[in-house]
Amino acid sequence: MSSSINIKKSVIDTLLAGLLSLIVFGPVIGILLDGYDFTTRPSLLLTMVAIVMVGRFAISLFVQSEKGQMMLYKHQNNDDGVIVLPPGHKSKMVYIVPIAIIIGLVAPFVATKYILTVLILGLIYVLLGLGLNIVVGLAGLLDLGFVGFYAIGAYGLSLGYQYLGFGFWSMLPLAAIMAAVAGAILGFPVLRMHGDYLAIVTLGFGEIIRLILTNWTSFTGGPNGVYAPLPTLFGLEFERRAKQGGTPFHEFFNLPYDSGLKYVFIYLSLFMVVCAVLYIKHRLVKMPIGRAWEALREDEIACRSLGLNHVLIKLSAFMMGASTGGLAGVFFATYQGFVNPTSFTFFESALILAIVVLGGLGSTVGVVIAAFVLTVTPEMLREVADFRVLIFGLLMVVMMIWRPRGLVRITRTGFAVRKGVA
Amino acid sequence: MKQDNILTVEHLEMQFGGIKALNDVNFEIKRGSISALIGPNGAGKTTVFNCLTGFYKATGGAITLFANGKQTRVGKVLGEPFQSSDYVNPAAFASRLRYKMFGGSHLVNRSGLARTFQNIRLFKEMSVVENLLVAQHMQVNRNLLAGIFNTPGYRKAESRALERAFYWLEVMDLVDHANKLAGSMSYGQQRRLEIARSMCTNPELICLDEPAAGLNPAETHALSSMIRVLQKEHNATVLLIEHDMGMVMDISEHIVVLDHGEVIARGGPDDIKSNPKVIAAYLGAEDDEEVTL
Repeated sequence: MSSSINIKKSVIDTLLAGLLSLIVFGPVIGILLDGYDFTTRPSLLLTMVAIVMVGRFAISLFVQSEKGQMMLYKHQNNDDGVIVLPPGHKSKMVYIVPIAIIIGLVAPFVATKYILTVLILGLIYVLLGLGLNIVVGLAGLLDLGFVGFYAIGAYGLSLGYQYLGFGFWSMLPLAAIMAAVAGAILGFPVLRMHGDYLAIVTLGFGEIIRLILTNWTSFTGGPNGVYAPLPTLFGLEFERRAKQGGTPFHEFFNLPYDSGLKYVFIYLSLFMVVCAVLYIKHRLVKMPIGRAWEALREDEIACRSLGLNHVLIKLSAFMMGASTGGLAGVFFATYQGFVNPTSFTFFESALILAIVVLGGLGSTVGVVIAAFVLTVTPEMLREVADFRVLIFGLLMVVMMIWRPRGLVRITRTGFAVRKGVA
Repeated sequence: MKQDNILTVEHLEMQFGGIKALNDVNFEIKRGSISALIGPNGAGKTTVFNCLTGFYKATGGAITLFANGKQTRVGKVLGEPFQSSDYVNPAAFASRLRYKMFGGSHLVNRSGLARTFQNIRLFKEMSVVENLLVAQHMQVNRNLLAGIFNTPGYRKAESRALERAFYWLEVMDLVDHANKLAGSMSYGQQRRLEIARSMCTNPELICLDEPAAGLNPAETHALSSMIRVLQKEHNATVLLIEHDMGMVMDISEHIVVLDHGEVIARGGPDDIKSNPKVIAAYLGAEDDEEVTL
């Protein structure tokens, strides 16, 4: 390890970075369109380029120092992916989980309405990520049409309320079951497909659902969308005037009407459902079915040779994933109070897939973190709303270079050696 | 029902388009024996294996397995085309439909036949123990609710599965590697793990596809004695494909020789060694030339 610092190399790096940033930022920042005319902003452009160059020079110097070399070495050896934990490994999650639950429960009472809605959206994406993680991360079936199940859940609530008069709490399990059935219907014919082919077929499925919702105007309301009811607390409603035949919450308790209260209630219900799903997911990966999913991802032929019915295993993965997506859809509909097909485009599927890939295929904690990162960051970037997708893309590129296997490293449980019995 | 033969293959035929890979292959495997299937490269040995284990649907002939106390016709569990008589017999129709929809090679395994692969097929990113747990899928408690609520019954079944896994790790001398990733082990260890994994499905007949390929002489010797242990202590019938003649002649009681998709000789090691047809097939000699193996 050479600790001498090569200034020449740093200067070359810096100049290269400056040139690149000039090319990238030149059209984006340097030129301001104004009708048919444009004005140039060289000073702003040069400041940006200067920031990049100074940063690059600093990084280059740091990397060549003893400490930087150590850090590089540590990161280089990080990408070998999966490790098996020693038996009896105590996870730090034992402390993190109760703290997260307490924070999650306290949050709605201290947060503003705006922050609460962002949190709700984050939790909805956690559910979606967990659902897709079963299909893509565990069973290894690339599904690009996951938004279809999300749509089925959301429209299930709205249409179930409109045509059958079912409320939120009866539609919640029903929508999950409906989405699971849709998952089975999609799953059965595509079972023989792998990888790219499966991705294309599922992509088509997602689009079919969206197009049906758009074009079957007499049933779904088409692009105009449909009203979705709010959840009730033992018949108490959270709107100013009762719409579902109950009593408004604020009238029952003689409180002044607060429009934020419905978000608090949606948040709390959603939080409980997410906790339940997280627990189930945590159990599933340790159960025979979870092991079978992962085995199927590793080698389908070997699975069949061991007596595992690959048809049922794939179907169960599709159904479990889809039902979680359906749950997310119900919460999305009730949170918006209204659904229409524009919420269920391919971009949404791509976003969910990005959450799963960013979090790490098969990792539960990673998906939770990634879901919040990808839903909260766009909110924080409202200032530069036009570049949101650009920043999103850059984030993905950087992630794939530094942590190709996702934010959280995948670990496998170790088993204490015991005496074998035939 | 105690049949003398655990497996009978009658008039087995396999066609890939215009190519006849197997033509009228007949042989039986005696219960509790160690048999070998040998032949030059491209003779169709692995094709026979794939037909036996249900990975190929044989185009003709019958493969019958007498294991787990019942008789299984491999062609039937893979799903056969409907016959005209099915349309008047609802029971036969339903059974055929069931096998067509949910049948497949996994049912062959469930009726008592396990196999390993020529190019190792382990679950590489799962730990060694998990590989063995997956193999016991049919023997553990698969109830979703029992697993989610971690009931005592579920815990007992899991602990039982772990005990069985560690038993096979002991037999195959892999206990020290229990918590490694399967893909990170050495080649010989992976071979042994694959055998342990297929033994975890409690088969009566185990088919090993070139178990000694890529092993050094010492490892091959150890493998031979392990295969004997499988036969003697676990009542397993072993059928193996192997190119290492020393090992084949050493452990097998019965040898079937295949060449160009046809059985050219069957018998004990001594008969095969002196069979001129076999020698000719292996060395490419004329029939009347004198060659010794």
